[in-house]
Amino acid sequence: MTKSMRLGAVAMMLLLDACSIQPWVKPYERDRLADPIMTWDRDAISSGYVDHIYESREGSRGGTGAAGGGCGCN
Amino acid sequence: MRLNRLSKPFRIARLIVVATFLLARPGGGAVLPDDRADIFYSDYKGGGMDITGESVLVRKKFSENFAVEANYFIDKVSGASIDVLSGASPIKDERKQKSLSLDYIHDKTQYTLSYTDSAERDYTSNTFHFGLSQDMFGDLTTISLGFTDSRDRVGENDGGDGLPGHRPPDVVWLGHAESRSYQAGLSQIITKNLITGVTLEVITDQGYLANPYREVRYYDPTTALGYSLASQVYPNTHTSTAVESRAKYYLPYRAAASFSYRYYEDTWGVHGNTFELGYTQPISNVWILEGRVRHYNQNHATFYSDIFSQANAQNFEARDQDLAAQVDNTFGLKATYAFLPEGWKIFKRGTVTLDYSHIQFKYDDFRNIKSYSVANGYAAGTEPLYGFGATVYQVYISMFF
Repeated sequence: MTKSMRLGAVAMMLLLDACSIQPWVKPYERDRLADPIMTWDRDAISSGYVDHIYESREGSRGGTGAAGGGCGCN
Repeated sequence: MRLNRLSKPFRIARLIVVATFLLARPGGGAVLPDDRADIFYSDYKGGGMDITGESVLVRKKFSENFAVEANYFIDKVSGASIDVLSGASPIKDERKQKSLSLDYIHDKTQYTLSYTDSAERDYTSNTFHFGLSQDMFGDLTTISLGFTDSRDRVGENDGGDGLPGHRPPDVVWLGHAESRSYQAGLSQIITKNLITGVTLEVITDQGYLANPYREVRYYDPTTALGYSLASQVYPNTHTSTAVESRAKYYLPYRAAASFSYRYYEDTWGVHGNTFELGYTQPISNVWILEGRVRHYNQNHATFYSDIFSQANAQNFEARDQDLAAQVDNTFGLKATYAFLPEGWKIFKRGTVTLDYSHIQFKYDDFRNIKSYSVANGYAAGTEPLYGFGATVYQVYISMFF
């Protein structure tokens, strides 16, 4: 991406902000989204543990939102 | 070796950081999660390994803007994975991990600072993490950024076992490894029933990155087995990029369905694809039942081989099973029961959760040399491909207050 393209992207983002987009889902319509079953991750210990198993056995890592410690994990 | 800060993933991450700080504006207010305390137990069995995990977590708000979370976790490992068994003895080890996290909210911005210390006899790790998230566009959009820095020390048990007449166990320290991770995420409400998200994470490591207990093998007609073992040689740098997109949809009868896909690639030549589907069904205010399936596939790393043509065949050589071409499938079920659905005294809610997963690992170019050899009719390089199933149980009690 060239420098001018980068500046253009940032300017576009500023313009969007300046337009003050009105939320199309009103606050009184968000009761379902606030339901605990719609949370991305209700139990961080559990999901962090399972992510750790996969990272120890597979070549892929990251992208899941967890930030944990390292291990030897033989 | 210095990190390449001009690579494409770094340029994209830098642009996102600049744009986010330009877009951030004070406004209404975000809210910290409820206070909670969890006691957690887990058990993983599979591939010759038995790992139990025990953890305690406590999270407490000290004002409407500030919260502290502390976690203590112990892993106990017995046995060893097959590629360690092929060249070494079964092990017993224990890892202790302590972490402390601080959350602060100011207007629509949440700041997180955390520190994690992990220690086992032959490996130590210290991790620092900083993150921030910002709500915008009428709270329909949340942008998050994070930076994680890890400093590890890698050692190898010297074979001592402390038995009568033997030397006590000791560790030979082999080197250090440093890791830096840059995360950027966006969560977007699309409709009153649909939320989506995307996360980008770039991780770069340098230093001692190999596992000292694993070895490569190469054809050697002078030996009875037809092959000999040698030390692995890993590159001293590793950079990876992972992008995950996900969506969650609220079904009209009060349930939720989710989907996610993650693409991964790195400088070691590994490309991985992860697909997950999930379903959540609450029953009244007491039960939450969940099911999930996960499919993962990857190719092998460029310097990986199950058996090399000769000794020192190439500059970098590895036989770690996690770098082999593989397909993994997971099936999981989770049940949460609220034994205090309406709370009691200072507790708003109390739940107990049981989680079961079965993971099937299947390797396309990693062979089982522990169980098969010329002794039972398999010449070197013709042993059956390896695969194993693992079961994971988790039980935890969560109190919200």
